[in-house]
Amino acid sequence: MGMTIAEKIIARASGVSSVKAGDIHTVSLDRIMTNDGTTHLTIDMFYNQLKNPTIADPSKVVFIIDHNIPADNPKTAASHKKMRDFARNYHIDFWEGKGVCHQLMMEHYVTPGEFIFGADSHTCTYGALGAFGTGVGCTDLLYALVTGTSWVLVPETIRFHLKGNLPKGVYPRDLMLTIIGEIGANGANYQVMEFTGEGASNFSINDRMVLCNLAVEAGAKTAIFEPDEKTIAYLNTHGNRIPKAMLKSDPDAHYVREYTFDLSTIQPVVARPDFVDDVIPVKEVGEVFIDEAFVGSCNNGRIDELRVSANLLKGKKIPEHMRFIIAPASNQVYLQALEEGLIDIFMESGAMVVNSNCSVCWGGCQGVIGENEVLISTGTRNFKGRAGDPSSKIYLASAETVTASALAGKIITADDYKHTL
Amino acid sequence: MEQGNIFKFHDDLDTDQIIASQYLLLPTIDEMKIHTFESLDKDFSTKVKEGDFIVGGENFGCGSSREQAPSVLKALGIQAIIAKSFARIFFRNAINIGLPVIICKDLPDKVTTGDTMELNLIEGKIICNGTEYICTKLAPYMQNILNQGGLIAFLNKED
Repeated sequence: MGMTIAEKIIARASGVSSVKAGDIHTVSLDRIMTNDGTTHLTIDMFYNQLKNPTIADPSKVVFIIDHNIPADNPKTAASHKKMRDFARNYHIDFWEGKGVCHQLMMEHYVTPGEFIFGADSHTCTYGALGAFGTGVGCTDLLYALVTGTSWVLVPETIRFHLKGNLPKGVYPRDLMLTIIGEIGANGANYQVMEFTGEGASNFSINDRMVLCNLAVEAGAKTAIFEPDEKTIAYLNTHGNRIPKAMLKSDPDAHYVREYTFDLSTIQPVVARPDFVDDVIPVKEVGEVFIDEAFVGSCNNGRIDELRVSANLLKGKKIPEHMRFIIAPASNQVYLQALEEGLIDIFMESGAMVVNSNCSVCWGGCQGVIGENEVLISTGTRNFKGRAGDPSSKIYLASAETVTASALAGKIITADDYKHTL
Repeated sequence: MEQGNIFKFHDDLDTDQIIASQYLLLPTIDEMKIHTFESLDKDFSTKVKEGDFIVGGENFGCGSSREQAPSVLKALGIQAIIAKSFARIFFRNAINIGLPVIICKDLPDKVTTGDTMELNLIEGKIICNGTEYICTKLAPYMQNILNQGGLIAFLNKED
């Protein structure tokens, strides 16, 4: 029997000719990424608990400070310093304040066919370039640092056929929230989500990242697109990177389930608090007043989303009582937005443009919301209290819906907002 | 068999509820653990005792990969977590730190916070409210990591 692309990557990384779902293999990791969410704990374990503290191959390791940056208190600063010093001692690539870890990994490191561990659940983003990226905790990460390997249970794969194209004013963000709403928060638990079909081929790398990134919100181990000419073009314009392996699924590969989504039927949606799979059309949400809006994150803070937001915002003012926070996903994105004049539009509208970091999406330091406040966000999650006080609420939506809602002071589609002008 | 009290939680219990983002960069797990389940029950860390159990529903531990989530539970003395199903990263993290995670489809709907239960980890059996429940066995590879006390002990032994 044939193999899926995910199975082929595991087979390649394990040095075997074939694998099947349910097998356990030891993979050699092509890359290992860890950020300031957990690395201070990994370093403590490295120094205090290992019999033989060594790093198998520092050239494969990347440290990124992106969650609480700039540091918000002395304890955070101490955790950052620990990471900075360790990276220097062991000659590990180190990034601080340059962007969200997954955006930086996509811009500078990931290539098709690689098997990558990241100590962050949204490592599944790398499937947008045809790589197998998966999130792990800091003990798995430590084992990977020391041995260069890890054990992997080969997951089953679910195939999603994407037919046609999204209507104008509907975004990959709406599509992925719709898919999660349909299959549920554990609809792909321990499985791979493979996207295929004409709709998948038509998506840009930016769009593919939006889909892959949120796969963990359905429980997936990872998500993946087959690499194609768009993948190669992205690698060429981002450091002329050479693919590890351009793999494709075999025609007779086994899929545990198959879904078909007709993209022309997708509409703008929100995920309601406190669950990412509680998804309904924006038009059905009723009257929900908001206090804060956020465009950013590894899911939805790239140039495409900033353009959509600025296009709607141009020449308008954010209401006085509203905070609108924008965090470009990386400095590369930020510079591009500056060059295109998008930052001027944001600033003139009264929005706050903050440094490239996880920001409001992670709720650790920036843009935290208070008691009973409501946030609409392009972030990754709307869990209870994720953005601040446990009584606060988070709605997830596309950059255009978030921007329209920031302008209107309540949740609204961009179309409906334009009709009010 | 060791007896402990049950703390019961809902389906899709995410790791942000177990330990919120703003505490993750604190220097140690001991400093974080007093904030465990703070959004759901401010007094959880003072109520819980060594040997108590967490019972969840489907998809326990979904969301963030933060290993601090199983670590604070272990540091508070939780003996094991029993759920209908676990999110994969949480499941793996718990085994890696030597905290037993047990899949049991029948038990969660029949128990509530404050009930006591007894766990026989080796035989995969639970006794609660006079009923015996049989749990799903871990794959041998994972059981081996757990038996050794976690992945670091496993690694130190490999060396």
